[in-house]
Amino acid sequence: MKEPIISMENISYGYDRKTVLDHISFEIPRGSFMGLIGPNGGGKTTLIKLILGLLKPDKGSIKLFGEPIDKFKDRNKIGFVSQKANAFNRGFPATVFEVVSTGLTAKVGYFKFFNHKDKAKILQAIEQVDMLDYAYRNIGDLSGGQQQRIFIARSLVNDPELLILDEPTVGIDAENVKRFYDLLHQLHDKRNITLLLVTHDTGTMTEHATDIVCLNKTLHFHGKSEEFNSLSEHDLSNIYGHALNIVTHNH
Amino acid sequence: MLADILQYDFLRYTFITGILIGIIAPLLGTFIVVRRLSLIADALSHVTLGGIAFGLMIEKLFAIAFNPLFSGLVFSVLGSILIEKLRSVYKAYQELAIPIIMSAGVGLSIIFISIANGFNTDLLNYLFGSVSAVSQNDFFMILGISIFVLLVVTLFYKELFTLSFDEEYASISGIHAKQIHLLFIVLTALVIGSSIQIVGVLLVSSLMTLPVAAAMRISKGFKQMMFLSILFGELSVIIGLISGYYLSIPPGGTIVMISIIILLLTIGIKKINLFKKVREA
Repeated sequence: MKEPIISMENISYGYDRKTVLDHISFEIPRGSFMGLIGPNGGGKTTLIKLILGLLKPDKGSIKLFGEPIDKFKDRNKIGFVSQKANAFNRGFPATVFEVVSTGLTAKVGYFKFFNHKDKAKILQAIEQVDMLDYAYRNIGDLSGGQQQRIFIARSLVNDPELLILDEPTVGIDAENVKRFYDLLHQLHDKRNITLLLVTHDTGTMTEHATDIVCLNKTLHFHGKSEEFNSLSEHDLSNIYGHALNIVTHNH
Repeated sequence: MLADILQYDFLRYTFITGILIGIIAPLLGTFIVVRRLSLIADALSHVTLGGIAFGLMIEKLFAIAFNPLFSGLVFSVLGSILIEKLRSVYKAYQELAIPIIMSAGVGLSIIFISIANGFNTDLLNYLFGSVSAVSQNDFFMILGISIFVLLVVTLFYKELFTLSFDEEYASISGIHAKQIHLLFIVLTALVIGSSIQIVGVLLVSSLMTLPVAAAMRISKGFKQMMFLSILFGELSVIIGLISGYYLSIPPGGTIVMISIIILLLTIGIKKINLFKKVREA
C-alpha cells in the first residue's frame, strides 16, 4: 500500500448539538482518484473543510502527508476548487491571467512581486487547461465550463500533489462535463496528481474514480469503484436513500 | 487659475492635494467597489465629520491652535476598526455595522457642534469641500498619507487582489486575510480623512466609487481598471477644482458632476460599440 496522502482517524464533528460526522476513519492513498459521495447534508463539505483546516474536528486526528494537520505547513501541496467557483461574482473585472495569479500569491510570499518565472508558470497552468487563447480575456466573458477550467488552473499553478474538487460539475452542460473529466484523467495519469472529488452524482463518479468513499454522517462504504458497483440495489438504498436509486435506475 | 496657483500658497496646496487624492481615492476605491464595501466609505466620512467637529470644538473651547484634520483622521481610523468589530458581532447581518457607525458619526457631530456654539463657515467647507481649506500643515499630512497608501498598496497588491477576488481561497492558501483586511480598512479611513477638505464629507465616497464605476464599463482586467479609475479621478478633480474656483462653487459639487459626466460617457461609448457590433454582424 502506498503512503496515504490524507489519513483520518475517528473524526467527529458537529454544528451546535447536531452531529454531522460520526467517527469517520479512512485514508486516501497517493495516486488514487477518490470519489467522495453521499446525500446532501451527509457531511461531505464539512469533511473537506476539516481537511483544508477551515474547521477543527471535535474528536479524532487528521494527518496530511504524514504530518498532523496543525503542524502541516506546506499548504501549496493541496489544491482546492470550491463549489463557489460556480457562483462567484461573474462581473468581477479581472483577466484570466490575473485570476490564475491569485493561486501563487501565498507561495510567492509577502513583500515580493511576481517575477518572470512566476508569470511563465501562470501561463503554463492556463495552457494545461487548454485556455491559453483566453489568457487576457475578462473572466466574466467566459462560459461556466471555461471558468471551471480557469479555477483548476489556479490550483495547478502551485504544482499540487492533491487536488480537491467540491461539486465541480454543478451547473455545467454535458459536453463540458465530459471535457472536464478528460482533463482530470490527464492530470491524474500524466501528472500523478491525487484527486479527491466530491459529488452527489454517483453514476458518473463510479465511471471515473478508482476509489469510492460514501458518507452519510457515518462512513457507509470505502473501497474500490468495482466493489461499489457490485453492491446490490438493496445495499445502496440502505446507505443512501432514494437519491441514489434514481441515479442507478438511469444507468 | 494657473497664474493664481503660482501666486497664492493656499491655492497651490489645494491643487496639489487635489492631485494626490485624485490618485489615492480611486486607487482604494477599486478594491472597495469590487468587494461591495462602497457604503463603508460613506459611514467613515460621517465619522470623520464627527472628528472634525470635535477638533473645531476643542479649538473654540480652549482657544488653542488645533488642526481638526488630525482629529478627523483619528476618528476615521477608530471608526474603521469599530466597523470591523461590529461586523464580527453581527455575522449574519454585517451591513448593520454601517448605519450604526454612520449615525454615531452624525450624532457626535451634532453634539460637538452645539457645544462649540453652532455652525460656522469652517464646518460648511468640510461638508461641501473648499478650494481654500488646505493649509500647509494639512498638505504635508496628506502628502505623508498618500506616500504611505501608495507604498502599502504596491507592497500588498497581490494579497489585496487575491483577497478581493476570493476571500475563502485567500484564507485557505495561507494569506492572513483578517490582518490584510484590517490594514485595508485603515488605509481607507486615512484616504477618506484626507479627501474631506476638498470634496467634502457628503461627497467623499463618490470620489472613491464613481471613477471606478466608469472604468469598470470599459476596462479589461483589474489593473487596467485601477489605472483608468485614477485617470478619471484626476480628470474630475482637476477640471472640478478649476471650474469650482472660477464659478465660486464648492469643488465637491463640480468634481462629482464631472465624475458623473465621465460615467455617462463611458456608458454611452459601450452602447455605441455594442450597436456597431450588432450592425457588423
